[in-house]
Amino acid sequence: MMNNIILLPMLIPIIAGVLLIFLRTFGRTQAWFSIGSMAAVAGISFYLLNAIQDQGILRLDFGGWVPPFGILFVADSFALLLVLTTSIVTLVCLLYALFTTGKLLESMYFYPTVLFLIAGVNGSFLTGDLFNLFVCFEVMLLSSYVLLTLGGSKRQLREAVKYVIINIVSSWFFLVALAYLYGTVGTLNMAHVAVRVAENGQEPLLTTISIVFLVVFSLKAGLLLYFWLPGSYSTPPTVVSALFGALLTKVGIYALFRVFSLIFHHQPEITHTIIGIMAAATLIGGSLGAIAFNDIRKIAAYNIVISVGFILVALAVSTPNAMEGAIYYLIHDMIVKALLFLLIGTLISLTGTAQLNQMSGLMKNYPLLGWSFFIAMLSLAGVPPFSGFIGKVLIAEGAIDSGSFVLLALVLLSSLFVLYSLLRIFKNSFWGETIISKEEQAPLHNKFLFPSLLLVLLTFGMGIGTEWLSVYVTDAANTLLHPEIYIDAILEEGIQ
Amino acid sequence: METLIILLVGVLTSVAIYLLLSRSLVRVILGTAILSHAVHLLILSMGGLKKGTVPLLGEESESYVDALPQALILTAIVISFAVTAFILVLAYRAYQELGTDDLNEMRGVNDE
Repeated sequence: MMNNIILLPMLIPIIAGVLLIFLRTFGRTQAWFSIGSMAAVAGISFYLLNAIQDQGILRLDFGGWVPPFGILFVADSFALLLVLTTSIVTLVCLLYALFTTGKLLESMYFYPTVLFLIAGVNGSFLTGDLFNLFVCFEVMLLSSYVLLTLGGSKRQLREAVKYVIINIVSSWFFLVALAYLYGTVGTLNMAHVAVRVAENGQEPLLTTISIVFLVVFSLKAGLLLYFWLPGSYSTPPTVVSALFGALLTKVGIYALFRVFSLIFHHQPEITHTIIGIMAAATLIGGSLGAIAFNDIRKIAAYNIVISVGFILVALAVSTPNAMEGAIYYLIHDMIVKALLFLLIGTLISLTGTAQLNQMSGLMKNYPLLGWSFFIAMLSLAGVPPFSGFIGKVLIAEGAIDSGSFVLLALVLLSSLFVLYSLLRIFKNSFWGETIISKEEQAPLHNKFLFPSLLLVLLTFGMGIGTEWLSVYVTDAANTLLHPEIYIDAILEEGIQ
Repeated sequence: METLIILLVGVLTSVAIYLLLSRSLVRVILGTAILSHAVHLLILSMGGLKKGTVPLLGEESESYVDALPQALILTAIVISFAVTAFILVLAYRAYQELGTDDLNEMRGVNDE
């Protein structure tokens, strides 16, 4: 089944980005243009999501080369749900950028770079070829290097050097893994690799290669190998760290789910056990980090780490409930992490400090901001009726189904740590004695808060409208649990 | 032939890792460049070296070489070229702003 529309979520941002490079001096135009293209991507991915429910998995073979000979894009529910969420979250972040950032950021190609970043993210979600996944990763990473250094403050440059070097090394590991995989199975098309690995019964050599892939994607996702994350995510401008926090680690998580549910799922007692141990260590490390710091940006960054461990618990147990929960939680986490970072950025720009002990009693000055933060906190902790609840319940159920009670305990305990770390921010900065008088307080224009309120509505709406979402999520989880659905949609009869 | 190339890959990788572990930022960048050369050679040898003629129609031959690794390497070279260019500029800017290229002094624990 050919469908050229699948290419558009990657193509629209690239074309829009290239055009915007020529409009450097028109800041407003750039912003609205990129917001428009994100809305278009959101519309297209919603259309595709519904088309998949009717017609099954769609694919686009570039140049008419039938798989496994050419590169292809594959649209299944899992990928499209993430593309849809990505474009909505980016749209909101761009609105925030439109309202808050000055001329400086606009004239430094901020909007084109964001669009290239989204092109890389969407390409990674949609591709059906492992080498193409590498290329899309690089598109995303190069844009993220640029976004991280925009502004060029000392702190940013210092963190960027580390971030870039770590990512170069992890890309190197990716290439090594691809080379060995190609040498072993002689193909890089995901479905074709899956068939050949299944034929060989995943011998030890292939399991070793899968662990190299695990290292690569863990570095990108921040699973156990998260040492670089808090530093680099807490330095760039608010809107950039919101985008990073919402999107970048999710691409690594997506790759882990795709590779370990489609290709390397024959030796779960080795690979999935390792993932489980790494997820447990991530939950512990993230929880300790989240309560250890006084800098609210660091606290938020460690909350990302916790959620990565949380989602990967679901992959480690791989039961139907857990898979559904992971997909719900991925979508929820993209929305709420963007919200958290936007709120914290607003908080810092209002008070002029990121230190927790220098803020107090802001509830009187900015009630709307305070209650938005409160809702973000409840949603992250998994309190109904917000969106975090259903994902947490399903992942916990999955852990019970498979009898992994250690993981279950860590999952539930980590939620308490999330709640405690954010409650600490809420209590210290919003309650207590008001130290800024009405005359001295920095004005908070309503439009600064508008993007955050949109995200609050989204997390509330997702919590209420779980029923409506469940059609797509069930289909996505079904494809993840039954790789043969994916393989049959890609490879025609006979060329396996 | 493959064995020789794999040994060369090993030597290149160890040189690159030695450079990556040094303090000077420029040496680290050179290390990443050598690292990418090593992996390109690895991909090349994974396709099998020189087993037949060029894979073109009309080259009537018993066997053909695998053309895919070369396409992969070409893409990987372009990407590593772009990344190296970026990190060189980044290193220069970092040197201008921070006044040092010593990675030990870039740890940044003192500004909390």
